[in-house]
Amino acid sequence: MTFGLFLSATDKKPMYVQIVEQITSKVVLGDWPADMALPSIRELAASTQVSVITVKRAYTELELAGVIVTQAGRGSFVSTQPDLQQRLKHQQLMDHLSLAVDVARQLQVTDEQVLDLLQQQLNQQPELKQT
Amino acid sequence: MQQFAFEMRDISIRYPHFSMENLNLSLPKGQVMGLVGVNGAGKSTTIRMLMGLVKADAGEVKVLGYDLPAQQVQAKYDIGFASDDMRLYKSQTLQWHMDFIHSVFPQFDQAYAKELLKRFELIGDQKIKGLSHGQRVKACLLLVLARRPKLLVLDEPTTGLDPVARDEVISELADILRDDERSVLFSSHNTHDIEKLSDQIAFLDRGKLLALEDKESYLERWGRFRCQLQPNASETVAGAVSIKRNGQLAEVITDQCTAEYAVELQQAGFKVLEQHRMSLEEIFVANVKRSR
Repeated sequence: MTFGLFLSATDKKPMYVQIVEQITSKVVLGDWPADMALPSIRELAASTQVSVITVKRAYTELELAGVIVTQAGRGSFVSTQPDLQQRLKHQQLMDHLSLAVDVARQLQVTDEQVLDLLQQQLNQQPELKQT
Repeated sequence: MQQFAFEMRDISIRYPHFSMENLNLSLPKGQVMGLVGVNGAGKSTTIRMLMGLVKADAGEVKVLGYDLPAQQVQAKYDIGFASDDMRLYKSQTLQWHMDFIHSVFPQFDQAYAKELLKRFELIGDQKIKGLSHGQRVKACLLLVLARRPKLLVLDEPTTGLDPVARDEVISELADILRDDERSVLFSSHNTHDIEKLSDQIAFLDRGKLLALEDKESYLERWGRFRCQLQPNASETVAGAVSIKRNGQLAEVITDQCTAEYAVELQQAGFKVLEQHRMSLEEIFVANVKRSR
């Protein structure tokens, strides 16, 4: 039992980031509902065969990001903030955008060209108007 | 007060061709420490001192609260030790060994031992002389693990095992993480195993401790940058462990990697093209080369 986490040593991302990302997507998708109890740090470490300190680090990051809350003596739970899923999706969008800007800077594409390209992408997938 | 699984203070030991000066090494209870170092770095000497097999010339060794080597008999009830040069009785069966260990250590868990037999695909009635190297390694580990020792000390536990057997052993070691009373010290040339399971990394070279740090901070501290050299590039950059140049490109390795380091490189005329994390193995090699 690995709690549905698929960690890989050959992934470029460090283990704790893989844990953070995979738990975050479980929460975004609703597989892990609000208030669900997370496995204890030692339990998750043993079952995924990564060190305790790595899982601890991941849980700290998840807590800082507001995805989980930790109650002393009781353990960690998925946060009950009502707009959590929305906020996490928004965060994902911001991450993708900032990555796109990084690449654009490396390619020395001008800001104007970036905006043009973004507009092209937007045109390709027209917004669904709510009726 | 923090409790330690073991504490070594100001240890010195001298052999004709090897010496260790002022070694300080301790492991908080409930943690896993990986001991990294080339052959002859002092890993086995360190482990032997912890096991009371060798007495240090100076310094203090405490294991599970007991002074070593004076109180080693008491300490050893709760220590499990396995190394690749451990020998079993060739003409006896594995089951005979299990009964023998049980007679010495009452806490030997026969049920868990049976489970391990199955998981390690070993046969209790088989005589030791008929076992392959990998099976002998697993047999030794079984005898140690089934005692559920508070401190498990493993010298090269996965050497000579095939990938499947190694995975079985690693998964049994990972199982120990569930218990916050149990601690593990293991040495390995397989930095991948250490990188996975350790909370603490201890780095030995030529009898000196090059680093002792929690694994996450340690890995984070190291980074490799691929850079394009600008015409004004300086010869050296502060914090660089190694700089390799080739034409207009350079590779910089640092052990002081922070968000600002890329900026510092930029200012020194090294335009950063890519930044990579380093595996423990790469750090290992870079660290040893630097210290020599």
